Amino acid sequence: MITVILIGMTALAYALSLAASRTRTRAALRIGWRSLLGILPGLLGMVGAVGLVLALLPPDALSRLFRQSGPGGFLLIALTGSLVSMPAPVAFPLAGTLVRLGASLASVAAFITTLTMVGVVSAPLEIQHFGARFTLARQSLSFLLALAIGMLMGMVL
Amino acid sequence: MNALLRKYRFATGILALNLLLWAFSPALARNSARNTASFLSEVIGIVPPVMLLMGLLEVWVPRALIEAHLGPGSGPRGAALAMLLGTAAAGPIYAAFPMALSLRNKGARQANIAIFLGTWATIKIPMLLMESSFIGTRFALLRLAFTVPGILLVGWLMERIAPLPQVAGLVAPAHRPEERRQEPPAF
Repeated sequence: MITVILIGMTALAYALSLAASRTRTRAALRIGWRSLLGILPGLLGMVGAVGLVLALLPPDALSRLFRQSGPGGFLLIALTGSLVSMPAPVAFPLAGTLVRLGASLASVAAFITTLTMVGVVSAPLEIQHFGARFTLARQSLSFLLALAIGMLMGMVL
Repeated sequence: MNALLRKYRFATGILALNLLLWAFSPALARNSARNTASFLSEVIGIVPPVMLLMGLLEVWVPRALIEAHLGPGSGPRGAALAMLLGTAAAGPIYAAFPMALSLRNKGARQANIAIFLGTWATIKIPMLLMESSFIGTRFALLRLAFTVPGILLVGWLMERIAPLPQVAGLVAPAHRPEERRQEPPAF
């Protein structure tokens, strides 16, 4: 669904660009193509890593993890969210199931936040764009933020 | 050949791990290959269009515009705009990196780059919709309420903890010297 919208948007934008200027459109295509080639190695690595991690830590193993309680379990769940990376259409139904199975809302909130903001498997790609220092700082701060959000949600809900 | 191997060392490393896994547990390795294939099909639909859109952004959006609205002097309005741009996004965070780098190269402030990435990652609109329907609207809105100030704080801290080098020092796939491109001619 998102893919269809995205491709439609891109096609529309290129049609408009082409109507405005042929040379600029060609330049945009060239930049897009070169960038694609540039991130291809990191991207393929990430895709492989996601597949591997998801095989070693399948969704039903994750739901067992959510039965852990206490601060240790909470931290473990946040760490798992940083390590695992999964597409949103898989992640949200899983989170919904976890809540119905009785997982604490605090850990589900921390899990969603680390799942989306912190990514060990996308780190090489991020380093390629912004450098190791930026990546390490952003991911660590986001991890702490996820813990804080989880704890606040646990207190409020 | 060596350069190629170096470029793909992450991917070949993962491949090697998979082969190793195959030796110990063929079922797990098959599962990993299946996951990889299904994720690859998703990535193929998302990354090329995003890269092409980034090409348009590079060509059509003038540096002065980004500098004025997202640059160092843009203040809270710049942060708000960065957030707005992030919420409208489609696609996972790896699609945001090239966009963010492009904004950075056009003069956006680092805090705003971090805010854009954070918003894109965790509170973009398509995500909030899914979150509300699968977990609950109250949960989604409450997480949003805590995440917005958190992301602003992360952006502010990022500038202090890990300042990015000057724009010229940033080397991205699209901007490597050997691939230096000419400025697109004006009309």
